[in-house]
Amino acid sequence: MSETKGPELLARCEDNWVTAMGAWFPEGRVVLRGKDVLNDLGHRRWMEYFIYGINGQEDPRFARFVEGVWALTTSYPDPRIWNNRVAALAGTARSTGVLALAAGVAVSEASVYGLRPIKGALDFLYRADRKLSEGAALEDVVWEELRTYRNVFGYGRPITLADERVGPLMKFAHSVGMGKGKFIQLAFEVEKILKQSRLKYQMNIAGAVAGLVADEGRTPDDHYYMAALSFVAGMMPCYIDSRGKPEGSLFPLRVTRIDYKGTPERRWDET
Amino acid sequence: MVSQPKESIVTKIWHEEPESDNPFAARISYCSGFDVYGDLLGKIGWVEYLWLLLRLEPPQPGQARMLEALAVGLANPGPREPSVHAAMCAGVGGSTRASALIAALSVGAGNLGGARDVFAAMHNWVDCGTDLEAWRERIRKPPVDERDDVWPPFEHPPGFDPNGAGCPMPVRQLLNHLTALDAGPVLPWLQQNREALQQEADAPLAFSGVAAAALHALDFTPEQGEMLFLLLRLPGAAAHALEQDRSWAKFPFFGNGLTLTDDPGPWSPDHE
Repeated sequence: MSETKGPELLARCEDNWVTAMGAWFPEGRVVLRGKDVLNDLGHRRWMEYFIYGINGQEDPRFARFVEGVWALTTSYPDPRIWNNRVAALAGTARSTGVLALAAGVAVSEASVYGLRPIKGALDFLYRADRKLSEGAALEDVVWEELRTYRNVFGYGRPITLADERVGPLMKFAHSVGMGKGKFIQLAFEVEKILKQSRLKYQMNIAGAVAGLVADEGRTPDDHYYMAALSFVAGMMPCYIDSRGKPEGSLFPLRVTRIDYKGTPERRWDET
Repeated sequence: MVSQPKESIVTKIWHEEPESDNPFAARISYCSGFDVYGDLLGKIGWVEYLWLLLRLEPPQPGQARMLEALAVGLANPGPREPSVHAAMCAGVGGSTRASALIAALSVGAGNLGGARDVFAAMHNWVDCGTDLEAWRERIRKPPVDERDDVWPPFEHPPGFDPNGAGCPMPVRQLLNHLTALDAGPVLPWLQQNREALQQEADAPLAFSGVAAAALHALDFTPEQGEMLFLLLRLPGAAAHALEQDRSWAKFPFFGNGLTLTDDPGPWSPDHE
C-alpha cells in the first residue's frame, strides 16, 4: 500500500480508512490500540490513557513522571508569559475559555520557550550521544551545535539565567526512581561547558526533562506529543482571572507606548 | 455485499468537474456557477470574490466599494489592540506563523470590540432597525437568555466601547466614509443618531459598532458579519506578528506590572 501514490492511492483509500489505532462502535464499544476503553483503559489515570494513545506503551510510573513534570514545571499561572498572555487577553476581550486555551496551546509551539526547545533538547542529546559514540569530544559537539544553530536547545533562558525548576524537578525525578541515567548526566555535562562560555547558558527545564526522558528511551516525536498540552493548567487561571476583572483591563497600552521607527508621515496621492 | 451509495458534500457554493486523468483533481472549479480560474480570475477583485462566496451573487459596484472600504478600515486594529497584541505574543516567542493568526482569532472573537460584539450588534440592527426608541429600549433592557452559554454574558451595549470617552476620530472617519457610500438608510441614520445612542449606551460607538451597521446595511446576516469581522482584521495581526520575529527582549513584558495579592511568601522547610 505504501508503494502506491497519486490517484490510485486516493482511490484505494476512498471510504476506506484502515487503522489499528481506534474507533467507536455505535452499539456501545470503544477501542484504542487494541484495548477496550469502557471496560479497561478508561479506568486508568488520564495521563496513562494519554500516553497509551500516543505510543501504545503502558507505564504507570512514567505517566506519573509526566504528570509531575506538568504540575511542577509547565503550568506557571502568570499572564505576562507570552502563551499565557494570549489566554489572558482572550479573557479580557471576553472570548470563550476554549478559544483562549486553543490559542494558548498553539502559541506554546514557540522557539525561545515551549515545544520547539522541548523537542529540540531531546533531539540534541541523542545527536550528541551518537557523535560521542563515534569518538567526538563533548566540547566539540557543543561548540559545533552553537556555531551551526546559534543555540543549544535545553540551555539558556529568556528573562533570567538560572531555571528555578531544575532543582525541584530532579528531586521529584529521584522520588520516582529516575535521574541517574547516562543522558541526564550528559545533560549536566553539557551545562558545565556552556556555563563557562561567554554566553553563560545554564540548563533550562527543557534540557533537564530531555535528559530524564532520554534515559527512558522515548523518541523526540513521543516527547513532543506528550508535551503538547503541558501548559494548559497555567492558562486557564490566567483566562479566568482576566475574565473576572473589568473588560479590557489587562495590560492596556496608551497611544504613546508605541515607539514608532518607520517612515515619517506622508500622503498616498503623493507617492 | 450490497454497495451503498457514496455520501456527498451538499453545497450551493462550489462544484467541480474532474480532470480526465485524476478523479481527485478538479479541471474546472465553479463558484456559484462562475468558472473561477477560467472566467473570474483577472476580472474580479478579492472583495467581490469574498462577497460572491458568502452571498452567491455578484455585488453591485456600490456594495463592493462599501465592503472594500470596510475591509480597509478593519484590516489593522493596531498593536495595542488585544487581538493584535496576542498575535505579537506569538511573534516574539518564535511561535508558528499559524499560531499568531489563531491567537488573533481567539482573542478577536470576543464580546469586547471583537467579532461577537459585531454579531450581537447586528442582531440589534435586525430587531431595532432605524427606530431610535427601539434602540433605547434595547440598550436599557438587553435580551437576557436564562440558559448559560460558552460565551460570557455582555457587560456593555454591543458595538459601543465601555472603556471609551468621546467617539475617536478614526471611528467617526470610517462611519462618515461608509455613510457616503451607503445607498440605504442604515448608516445615515446611525450618523444622525450616534450621539443619542452613545448617550443611552453611556459609551462611544466603537469600530465593531460601525462594522455591524455597515454589514447590516449590506444585508449580511449576523453570522456572516461575525465571520467577516474575524477575517478582515487578520492582516494587521499577521504584519505585526511577523515584524516582532522573536524580539521578546524588546516587547513589553510588564515586568513590574503585576501585583500578587495572595502570596504565601517564600516556602520554608516548616511547610513540609
